[in-house]
Amino acid sequence: MSGAESLRAPASLGELFLAFSALALKGFGGVLPWAQRAIVEEKRWLSNEEFVELLAFGQLLPGPNVCNLAIMVGDRFFGWRGALVALAGMLGMPAVIVIAMAWGYGQLAAHPLARGAVAGMGAVSAGLIIAMAFRLGATLRRWPAGLFLSAGAFVLVGVLRWPLPPVLIGLSGLAILIAWRGRAA
Amino acid sequence: MSGQSLLQMLGHFALMSLLSVGGALATSPEMHRFLVDAQGWLDHRQFTEAIALAQAAPGPNILFVTLLGWQIDGAIGAVVATVGILVPSSLITFAAHRFSARLAHRPLAQVIRKALSPVAIGLTAAAGWVIAGAQEQGGFSMGLTALTFVLAWRTRLNPLWLIAAGAVAGAWAASV
Repeated sequence: MSGAESLRAPASLGELFLAFSALALKGFGGVLPWAQRAIVEEKRWLSNEEFVELLAFGQLLPGPNVCNLAIMVGDRFFGWRGALVALAGMLGMPAVIVIAMAWGYGQLAAHPLARGAVAGMGAVSAGLIIAMAFRLGATLRRWPAGLFLSAGAFVLVGVLRWPLPPVLIGLSGLAILIAWRGRAA
Repeated sequence: MSGQSLLQMLGHFALMSLLSVGGALATSPEMHRFLVDAQGWLDHRQFTEAIALAQAAPGPNILFVTLLGWQIDGAIGAVVATVGILVPSSLITFAAHRFSARLAHRPLAQVIRKALSPVAIGLTAAAGWVIAGAQEQGGFSMGLTALTFVLAWRTRLNPLWLIAAGAVAGAWAASV
C-alpha cells in the first residue's frame, strides 16, 4: 500500500542535496512535475497528500513554489540546515549552468546571428508565458469576477505599466473580498 | 557599479521577493519598469535576453533574476540579485512552515488562495506582454510571439522545441 508505513526519511544532508540537484536539472520549463516524481514516487519522503499540502501552503506565500517546497521539505527532515541544503541543491547547479550560458552568449553577442537567435528565443519565451497564463486562466471560466481581476492586473501592470505594489495590494484586497463573499456559493 | 546602486538593486529585488505571491515572473513587469525604464541599468534587449536564456536552461525560472543581476554588474550583480529575490520570501516560508503548514486548510487560507490566483494569472500575462515589448519590437518578432502563443496554448509541443525553433528563426531573420 502507499500508506505512511512505506515512507522513509533522507539518510543525510548529502542525499537531500543530490536529490534536489537532480530534480532541478531535469526541469526544463518547469521543475514541479519532477519534484513530485522524485520526492513522492522515487524517494518516498512524503505521501502525495503531504506533498500537495506543502505545495498549497507554499502557494499562499511569496516566492517561487518549488523553492518554498524545497525549504519546507528540508526543514521537515533536518531543520534549518536541511532547508538551506535543499534550496542550495535546487538552485546551485542550475545557476552555474545559466550563468555559463549567459557568459558564452556574452562572448558571441557581437555576432548578429547569435543576437538574432537569442532575440528569437525571447519572442518565443513571451509567447510561452502568455500561453501559460491562458492555460492557468482556463480554471477561471466558471468565475467571471476572477476573469475581471485577471484582466485588470494585465491591463494595469502590462499595458499601462502602473507600479506593481499598489496594483497588487489593491487587486488582491478586492479579490479576497469577492472570494470571501462568494465562498458559500 | 557603486555601492549605493548595488544597495538600491538589493532593495528592489527584496521588495519584489515580498510581492512575488504569483511567482517571480509575475513581478517581472515591475522589474522592467525599475531596471530598464527608471534606472536605465539594462536596455529592453538585455532584459529579454535574460528571460530567454533562463527559459532555455534547466531549473527554477527564478534564475532569470540571477541573469538580470549578471547583465547589470557581472558576478557581484548576480549574487546581489539572487540574494535579494530569495532571502525575504525564503525566511517567510521558513517561519510560516515552523508556525504551521496546516493553516493551508483553514477557510480563510483557501479563500486567499482562490483570490490570488486570478491576479497572479493576469500578472503572468502582463509579463509576457512586457517581454514581447509591443512598442519596441518589429513585426517578425511579434509574429513569432503570436505563433508560439497559439502553438503552446493549443498543442502539447515541448516548449524546448519551440525555443530551439525560435533561435533558428531569429538567426535566419538576422541573416537575410
